Amino acid sequence: MRATAVRSLGFNKRKSRGFMSDQVMNSSGPMLAADGTPLKAKLARAERTQRIRAAVLVMPLFLFILITFIAPIFNMLYRSVENKIVTDTLPKTAAVIGEWDSGIDAVPDEAVFSAFAEDFKAAIAAREHTKLGSRLNYEKAGIASLFRKTGRRLKKFDFDQPLKPQFLAVDDKWGDTEIWQTIQQFAHPLTMGYYYAALDLEAGPDGVNLVAENQRQYLRLFWRTLWMSLLITGLCFSMAYPVAYLLSILPMKSSNLLMILVLLPFWTSLLARTSAWKVLLQREGVINETLVQLGFVATDNRLELINNTFGTITAMTHILLPFMILPLFSVMRTIPPSYVRAARSLGATEFTAFWRVYFPQTISGIGAGSILVFILSIGYYITPELVGGRTGVFISSRIAYHVLTSLNWGLAASLGSLLLIGVLVVYWLYDRIVGIDNVKLG
Amino acid sequence: MSGLPSYANLGNHLWFYAFRTICFLIFFFLIFPILVIIPLSFNAQPLFTFTPEMLTLKPEAFSLMHYQDFFTNADWQRALQNSFKIAPVATVLSVTLGTVAAIGLSNPKMPFRKAITAVLISPMIVPLIISAAGMYFFYANIGISGTYWAVVLAHAALGTPFVIITITATLSGFDQSLVRAAANLGANPVRTFFSIQMPLILPGVISGGLFAFITSFDEVVVVKFVGSASQTTLPWQMFTGLREQISLTILAVATIMVAISICLLITLEILRRRSEALRTGRVG
Repeated sequence: MRATAVRSLGFNKRKSRGFMSDQVMNSSGPMLAADGTPLKAKLARAERTQRIRAAVLVMPLFLFILITFIAPIFNMLYRSVENKIVTDTLPKTAAVIGEWDSGIDAVPDEAVFSAFAEDFKAAIAAREHTKLGSRLNYEKAGIASLFRKTGRRLKKFDFDQPLKPQFLAVDDKWGDTEIWQTIQQFAHPLTMGYYYAALDLEAGPDGVNLVAENQRQYLRLFWRTLWMSLLITGLCFSMAYPVAYLLSILPMKSSNLLMILVLLPFWTSLLARTSAWKVLLQREGVINETLVQLGFVATDNRLELINNTFGTITAMTHILLPFMILPLFSVMRTIPPSYVRAARSLGATEFTAFWRVYFPQTISGIGAGSILVFILSIGYYITPELVGGRTGVFISSRIAYHVLTSLNWGLAASLGSLLLIGVLVVYWLYDRIVGIDNVKLG
Repeated sequence: MSGLPSYANLGNHLWFYAFRTICFLIFFFLIFPILVIIPLSFNAQPLFTFTPEMLTLKPEAFSLMHYQDFFTNADWQRALQNSFKIAPVATVLSVTLGTVAAIGLSNPKMPFRKAITAVLISPMIVPLIISAAGMYFFYANIGISGTYWAVVLAHAALGTPFVIITITATLSGFDQSLVRAAANLGANPVRTFFSIQMPLILPGVISGGLFAFITSFDEVVVVKFVGSASQTTLPWQMFTGLREQISLTILAVATIMVAISICLLITLEILRRRSEALRTGRVG
């Protein structure tokens, strides 16, 4: 400890003070440096300079990542619960609707209706009511058209008369309990609504339940993403293990040569590899055509290899295989062959020697490769989208759909947040079991 | 263990050849899709299969027309230009920030090293679709969505973890006494960095830069989310093409991409040898 401290002191101060400072010693009292200050204080200062210097070097990138990456992630997490649209557009309604209990009255009383009428009038003036309508329409179909219709008629309302009958005269949907429940539910600035939607749940009068079986879509997609990623990880593992082993026992020269076969796909553009699979697997593609030419398959009975689960699994296993081979290889390369030989000479069968001696030493490589492949695969978008058809896409394509096409950003954010939580849980488990420091890049 | 010992029995022989056959099949699976697109991209007919004329190697069965299409089609050319406008700038940004930060991180006195490293590596750990969605919302909030710089910043963020990882790996084999010797001889920190540290960690910097470049050059999801149609890059154009109607021009582009990756691979191998030689001290 002291030796390193002295060395770092020397490194820092040598420039300004020449070579003398380290050597000054005082036989009585604390050790002093050349200028008479105690050595301990100087050491502390030197260490502080070092710390500050290191921190100053790291700071620009840290801030850069904070702004360009971490802030967007937190923004997404916030967006998945953010729900200001009702409280912003209908502030007075939001204040009074909390008192309404759908279990006692089917429809809110006059106080809520008059607050709503005032809010709605202001919203029409600000042209916000259709925006709110289309937002709430995600939750309850029909609200958008109801809002538009009421928006056209509201200017004829007589605000001195009771407003509830006037609303009901426009459309008897205003007497629908569910419409008001939706507004009530969203009258808080934070909501779990997007998460309910993302997990196929709905908040009804009798608590939170799963939606009807035929309307469930996200749970099925999450489940598919999970099992397909696990299958892809398993396939990658079973293919990578023999290859990595072969590479690790071959002499340097031939293993370097074979390594090219692993590294070339690794470095080749993802789109190039996906287009290769599209060419191979499609109906008029290389595999089908060859099988037809050889007479194994009839022309009108070609195999459906693409736009289904099979296409996604094949292409993704190919794309992610190098990510499994490289960490396995880097671990296997360091295992001395003498252990297995020792086991064999002590009488172990070939299988026992492998299973009890060799295999345990490769666990860290298996862990690193598996987590890499699994994490990459559950977030994959491009390849499943291109070769997966309808049955082979992952939750990622729903996220992309809600961000880019349906513009239901809250739902996209909650699906993304759930996926992120899943990834973090996997990392946490991995860190507990194997230790995160073992992840290497090739 | 690469050959069989003389005392091997029949079972050993069988296993030996079975194992090699399995490995051969896996290698075939790895490389075959990449090899198959290269000859097909020269197909004179608009087919995605090998015509009988191709198999007999008749010259008229091959043509460069798909490459010609790539180099004359305005859409593809714009995409190519966009790719080369975005990737190098993003690479320079991530290499500069990443190198400086990696030097700070490898200082043993760096406070909160583990936590800060976790933050700096996070763009590599978070699935791309999540990063892309988050960036889409946030960049729209701050009003830079759909601009060139939004894409560059996003790609630079995705590229830095690779730079950090490769450079800290190089620095872990770096002899700190060289820096002290330079300081001892009167060099200031900046001079020490450029004439001592930089040349020694250069292989790590370049390979980190290549990683960052390919990350940006081959990236579709983020550019599709954060960018606008005027930032269409080569992979984006390929994605659009693959989704609508696959054309042989895409295979020509894919072949060019394979050629680029072969160049990258060779560069990296040269760098690896150089840095290994430097570490073992065989080169002066």
